Amino acid sequence: MNDYVLEAQGVSKRFRRGEKHSSLRDAVPALARRLLRRGTASDRAQQDFWALTDVGFQVKRGEAFGIIGGNGAGKSTILKLLTGIMHPTSGTIRIAGRVSALIEVGAGFHRDLTGRENVFMNGAILGLSRQEIEKRFDAIVAFSGLEEFIDTPVKRYSSGMFARLGFSVAAHVDPDVLLVDEVLSVGDYVFQRKCVERMNAVIASGVTIVFVSHNLRELANLCPRSMLLEKGRVQMIGPTEDVISTYFGRGQQARVPDATNDVFITQVSIRDEHGSAVDFTSGGKLSITVEARGQVRRDDMSVVVQIVDDHQYPVFDTCTQRLGAGEITVDRDQSLRCTFEMDNFLAQGTYHVNAYLHRYLTNLPYDRWMSAGTFFVSGAPEARGVVTLHPRLVECEVGSSAGAVARQPGVSDGPQA
Amino acid sequence: MIFTALREVFERRNLLYMITWRDIRVKYKESVMGILWAVMMPIVIVCAGMIVKLAFAMMSGRHVHLLDVTSVAVKAAPYAFLVAAIRFGTASLITNQDLVTKIYLPRLVFPLASVCSQLFDLGIATVVVAIFLTFAGVGVTLHLLWLPVLLGTLVLLAAGLAILFSAATLFLRDLRFIVEAMLTVAIFFTPVFYEPSVFGKWAPALLVNPISPILEGLTAVVIYHREPSLPWLGYSFVLSLVLFVFATVRFKQLEPLFAENI
Repeated sequence: MNDYVLEAQGVSKRFRRGEKHSSLRDAVPALARRLLRRGTASDRAQQDFWALTDVGFQVKRGEAFGIIGGNGAGKSTILKLLTGIMHPTSGTIRIAGRVSALIEVGAGFHRDLTGRENVFMNGAILGLSRQEIEKRFDAIVAFSGLEEFIDTPVKRYSSGMFARLGFSVAAHVDPDVLLVDEVLSVGDYVFQRKCVERMNAVIASGVTIVFVSHNLRELANLCPRSMLLEKGRVQMIGPTEDVISTYFGRGQQARVPDATNDVFITQVSIRDEHGSAVDFTSGGKLSITVEARGQVRRDDMSVVVQIVDDHQYPVFDTCTQRLGAGEITVDRDQSLRCTFEMDNFLAQGTYHVNAYLHRYLTNLPYDRWMSAGTFFVSGAPEARGVVTLHPRLVECEVGSSAGAVARQPGVSDGPQA
Repeated sequence: MIFTALREVFERRNLLYMITWRDIRVKYKESVMGILWAVMMPIVIVCAGMIVKLAFAMMSGRHVHLLDVTSVAVKAAPYAFLVAAIRFGTASLITNQDLVTKIYLPRLVFPLASVCSQLFDLGIATVVVAIFLTFAGVGVTLHLLWLPVLLGTLVLLAAGLAILFSAATLFLRDLRFIVEAMLTVAIFFTPVFYEPSVFGKWAPALLVNPISPILEGLTAVVIYHREPSLPWLGYSFVLSLVLFVFATVRFKQLEPLFAENI
């Protein structure tokens, strides 16, 4: 009839904010109160909290679909509704085929049982029959890399080992629809790479995937199409790049309203030389445009842009003052547009742009906008860290004498292997 | 509704099996005596029952009948099964909270697995009791063919109560304590350590408790080699069946709310 494996229509979910009467001790007086005086409906409406309001989307067979949103936007609630753990207050959800969730890996693991026993237990929980688990057992254990410890009770596992085994079982279930929530960040770097490869293989095999992650880079790599949720409402459904830039463009929560509002930043945009707003290549160009607007005439302004890495560590900043622009004057209802162009020497990673309007001499801010934009840089495979210093290998020889040393370029000599 | 619910559990029978297996395994794995506990417990119960019986007899100055003592052995293990199945079944959703809130699976398997794992203990107890009865010289007759019916009713009753209470405790948290109190008191109103006949003309009042006709039926077919009281057994069976159906339907109706209320 149609191609959609997963369809949500007008889905809303209500939670009660406060404690409910969950014991007889509370329920009996409450019942008495309700019999005596009706009309507690308004009290109750106040306690209601809508985690989702009228959410609708469709996912095609074999599609990878991302869900983006801040904390409390309703992402996890959506996944819980899709798995059937909870039911929507109103609206319908239709899913064709077997759903499996990589939501809480290792749920149902019992501490006293061995790894092997837990694989069988967890497999049964995820809906596999005994034969199916036996068939996959070796692959699961090999994937987890825990061959030596498979007959050890999992209470002696480290949390990383625990998560690896959990992910390995869940990744071998072969569902029709796979729901993934923030689990690709388990284990060490090598295991994470393995997880991403596995996810790509799963997508390639035609499984439909719904993916929720705060790691937008990963999400952008895996899912061509995404949905933006905000306070339980759908803000946008479209190509992931656009959704991500809308998400950061909103940035309302990052906006710091300490300023007098005499002048304020209206927009910050980042582009490379081809006009792409999200994915950048190391070695290319980078231009950051800050737009501002005046309410009151100000004649002592400078504009600052700062690039920070994913851990908010400042990588680079520059300002109009240092670039020789002098004091900028903006009149009432005038707008200001500043574009900074720079060479992109950044190494692979996620970066955020902060923009500030400062007073020229005192550096006191008129307005500032933290994380006004986010972008990813790829390329520069020779470099780790935040910049590439464009290393070249000029000498790498093995001498014939006993004291010979093989020299390596200094950059890759860092602690990250 | 009840058939879809049961079919869902049947389709996931591997899960039911694994959870039952896990409950049994975890229970006996770390203990020093391991599976011997399962053998010990019925012996302890039977011994306690016999001591009570002997004490009663000595007080009243009657001669102790061997049959009286053996009847305690027959009744104590099924009664212990029922109590344990209700106790663990009631707590089953809360002890498996992790699974209820994080993964979808037919939650009916949790109370059912509690009943099944207790059934395993009952199986071991049955072997112990059978050996004891052989030594006591209780013979074998065709009346033993009633056993499946009696045990079936017992399991149905245990499952019904476990299912009902497991769902209800999520919404009324203190129900657990009420159930616990009921189970403690129930031994006085159940003819395990005495015969209903000691109540004289009030004996039928005791049989209203649906477990009583099952226990009486067990002593009748195993020890006294006669048919169980059909009207009372029928009453017990119908009540257990109605309870089981009601509990399952109610459980399925409340299931969508479990994850939020646990």
